[in-house]
Amino acid sequence: MIVASPKPITELRELIAGHEKVLFAGCGTCVTVCLAGGEREVGIAGYAVRMARKLEGEALELTQVTIERQCENEFIKDLAEPAADVDAIVSFGCGVGVQAIAERFPDMPVYAGLDTQFMGLLEEQAIWTEKCLGCGDCVLAEYGGICPVTRCAKRLLNGPCGGSTEEACEVDPDRPCAWQLIYTRLKNIGQLDRLEEVAPPKDWSTSWHAGARKVVRKEHRV
Amino acid sequence: MSDDRMTATPAAAAGAAAPTWEPQIIAFCCNYCAYAAADLAGSQRRQYPVNVRIIHAPCTGKIEMEHILDAFLKGIDGVLVAGCLEGGCHFLEGNLRARKRTDRIREMLEEIGVGADRLKMVNLSAAMAPTFVESVQGIVDTVRALGPSPLRDSRPPESEGKE
Repeated sequence: MIVASPKPITELRELIAGHEKVLFAGCGTCVTVCLAGGEREVGIAGYAVRMARKLEGEALELTQVTIERQCENEFIKDLAEPAADVDAIVSFGCGVGVQAIAERFPDMPVYAGLDTQFMGLLEEQAIWTEKCLGCGDCVLAEYGGICPVTRCAKRLLNGPCGGSTEEACEVDPDRPCAWQLIYTRLKNIGQLDRLEEVAPPKDWSTSWHAGARKVVRKEHRV
Repeated sequence: MSDDRMTATPAAAAGAAAPTWEPQIIAFCCNYCAYAAADLAGSQRRQYPVNVRIIHAPCTGKIEMEHILDAFLKGIDGVLVAGCLEGGCHFLEGNLRARKRTDRIREMLEEIGVGADRLKMVNLSAAMAPTFVESVQGIVDTVRALGPSPLRDSRPPESEGKE
């Protein structure tokens, strides 16, 4: 899922400065699960912003609506009515949601209420870690299901660097060494021989480096 | 228990509007400890300030962040959350959750400019009536020193939202 974190109250307050009627739009998918932009979080942010505005002595008419998914036009339709009478929208979706809403409401200022972080996994209550970079050319099969592109700080494809220990990455002592994990995992599944193959330089043309990508599946086009 | 019953109204807490300012405090009290301690304090004829109005909660774990934020937005001067001793929650960890929520709201109140000290959480058992009285006296003294909430309606205009 996409993991995001809430913006500080001060930043939210600055975002909507000068707007009297504001719509806080939550998203019921990833950011609800990661406790950042669902109905409850939008409600709490709403309280905070209303308090801040009240302290400034400025009026604020806040509407709060959480839709099923902000990254699909089909669901964004549900925002049309509440958005009809506001000066600005703050999207509590991920960066995709913010942009989708901005496209849908071309004459309306749309601001991001969250800081979108990464594609990740809930490790335990309220702890998420990044697992996938979306490089467009998945190599997980060769590395026992542990991604060196995402989880190795140096993105090494042919074994660990000199700073690796059995426990941790040299870049961040709190992060396990991806290559130690890969070695242990391949050993456990009897595929250590995979490490004997030398991986050629990765083709990064499928990744983000040439700009935003597009996927077209012609068999599903109508 | 409905959420409506957990919602504080400063007007209800204050009774009739007082000519001179007196702190208005809401105390969210857990049924199994703080509420019983308050009851015991009454039975023992212990005096404590009349500024506090108690909201009877089934557990401090039932108190959501929104309940406390709503009280502050409506202009309450201070909030006391009173739960069981750590390890003694009837629902195992409701009071530990309440502690995390109150800590987070204290941060928010500080960031907003209302002040973290207007919100306090205490842990006590049903037998600790003197502790309850001290806690109430403590938050009343703290809030009295801080003065009225800057969110009181007499200052800036109301900015109620709609759901």
